[in-house]
Amino acid sequence: MNAPWVRRALPALVLVLLAAAPFLLNGFRLRLLTEVLIFGLLAASLDLLVGYTGLTSLGHALGFGVSAYATGIVATRLIANASLTLLAGVAAAVLVSLVTGALAVRARGVYFLMLTLAFGQLAFSLADTWTPVTGGSNGLSLPVFQLVPGAEGGLLSGVVGFYYYTLVAFVLGYAALRRVVSSPFGLALVGIRENEARMRAVGYAVQGYKLAAYCTAGALAGYAGALYAQQQRFVSPGLAGFETSALALVMVIIGGRGTLVGPVLGAGVVLLLRDELSTRFEEWQLVLGVVFIAIVYFLPRGLAAALRQRRAVA
Amino acid sequence: MGGLEDLVDAYAVTVLNGLARGLVLFLIAVGLSLIFGLMDVLNLAHGAVFLLGGYAAVQLAPTGDGFLVALAVAAVLGLLLGGGMAAAVRPIAGRRGHLDQALLTLGASYVLAEIAAIVWGDGYYSPLAPPAVASSVTVLGQAFPAYRLVVIVVGLVLALAVYLLFERTQIGALVRATVADRGMVASLGVNTTVVLVGVFAVGTALAAVGGVLGAPILTVRPGIDRQVLLLALITVVIGGLGSIRGALIGALLIGQVEALGVALLPQFAAFLLFGAMAAVLLVRPAGLFGSLAEAR
Repeated sequence: MNAPWVRRALPALVLVLLAAAPFLLNGFRLRLLTEVLIFGLLAASLDLLVGYTGLTSLGHALGFGVSAYATGIVATRLIANASLTLLAGVAAAVLVSLVTGALAVRARGVYFLMLTLAFGQLAFSLADTWTPVTGGSNGLSLPVFQLVPGAEGGLLSGVVGFYYYTLVAFVLGYAALRRVVSSPFGLALVGIRENEARMRAVGYAVQGYKLAAYCTAGALAGYAGALYAQQQRFVSPGLAGFETSALALVMVIIGGRGTLVGPVLGAGVVLLLRDELSTRFEEWQLVLGVVFIAIVYFLPRGLAAALRQRRAVA
Repeated sequence: MGGLEDLVDAYAVTVLNGLARGLVLFLIAVGLSLIFGLMDVLNLAHGAVFLLGGYAAVQLAPTGDGFLVALAVAAVLGLLLGGGMAAAVRPIAGRRGHLDQALLTLGASYVLAEIAAIVWGDGYYSPLAPPAVASSVTVLGQAFPAYRLVVIVVGLVLALAVYLLFERTQIGALVRATVADRGMVASLGVNTTVVLVGVFAVGTALAAVGGVLGAPILTVRPGIDRQVLLLALITVVIGGLGSIRGALIGALLIGQVEALGVALLPQFAAFLLFGAMAAVLLVRPAGLFGSLAEAR
């Protein structure tokens, strides 16, 4: 069961299933799957920090939220072009990551967690109070995005069209992350996680590597944030706040840190649970909380590790 | 004439308000700080305990009568919750790092907050101060609620009591020794589990008491648990993790920044808070009273 061909065929099979999803799922489910892919990218980018570099961030929604707002502001004031706004969003996220990261990587452990949390909350406050630009607590409503300039009502207005657009974007983003973690740069990050002092002694500029990891993760979070703004066609301060950051971290933990694919699974589980529970129970947060607690005890290394173990046993 | 004096008087009231808020904040932050210092657990459910304390005041003392009963009930509830959480965290403490604890305590905070929402709904409650201190007194020519003065006094007394207990008693010495080197204390024949559970329980009870005391000042509502948790985290980080003095100084600082910020620059109040924290961390990466070893 664990033969090499399975490992090689599995990604292709998943891709085929994802490509066929619009024929298998109704519009409601397809929208959810689109959201899962977007949050999967956010969680996987956080995994680069948490799982690979060993930096636990509780403010990863910063890049996500800043990019979503940049996308929204460009779309409402200049042009609602999908790729241009995506570019603007990622650029804004990288810029913000550079500034905050230069400060954050000086701290370690819980202090790093707290600084990132503070930066995320600052972005939340800015979005909440800078009403002329961000719309304040009402947020911003966005027009339909266009793939090519001038195309009226284009491909992205429908659920299926937007799904395929997101799927392509997801595959590109995920492949980029895979490349990063298997590159010498990614291996150096794992080295820093395992033994920072030794890496420094060997001659690596550890702070520089951490900052680069922080900015790469921020860029990918921004990429996801722009996609989310384009899908929802609405941005609000909550996108940059504690709830979003905590949700992303929960996805990483549930899926399994340091695996990239785990956090994507985690995103699927968390969003599906949230949707299913919130339609069935009024007290869905209670059930979600119990599930989190149960996972700590019964799935200590996350879903990805549990699946791998099951396969190894079979 | 009198312009400057009026200004000073107005700020005196603001400073007192900040003091009252800061001392309520201390009651929450000190538990968070000790639990982290001792068990290396970042308890994200700490704010939810404060919320339950607030609802204890709403339920048992909505008009201010029965305030002491509410305090006692909240304290017992806090002790039980803290003990329970200590037992729940124990099997995963240390071995598996902060991430599992974060997920566990986040899950616990969801559960507690949702139970509160089921029982009390999503309304805003402002329980009244106890009748004996419901009037206002004149401070520097300005009317000031007597209850807030009581909060200041009670808060200072509790802060002093915690400080003396920790720094000047046998029990305190045992706790500090356990923080410094748990293995060594255990090898001397002390049951460190009792120490850990005890500190977790007392720290949590202080947060619940803070919820009752703070209820007449703050509005009890869903979501305040998150706000309070964030404030307490900032406080602890500014003061330094595991330090009681740090928690007190940090809480008083945050209380002032909040009160003055809201009075002077309401739009930028949040920036002032997080800005203050970022500034402190940049100058002293382990907080004002933290040891650098923690930050390393």
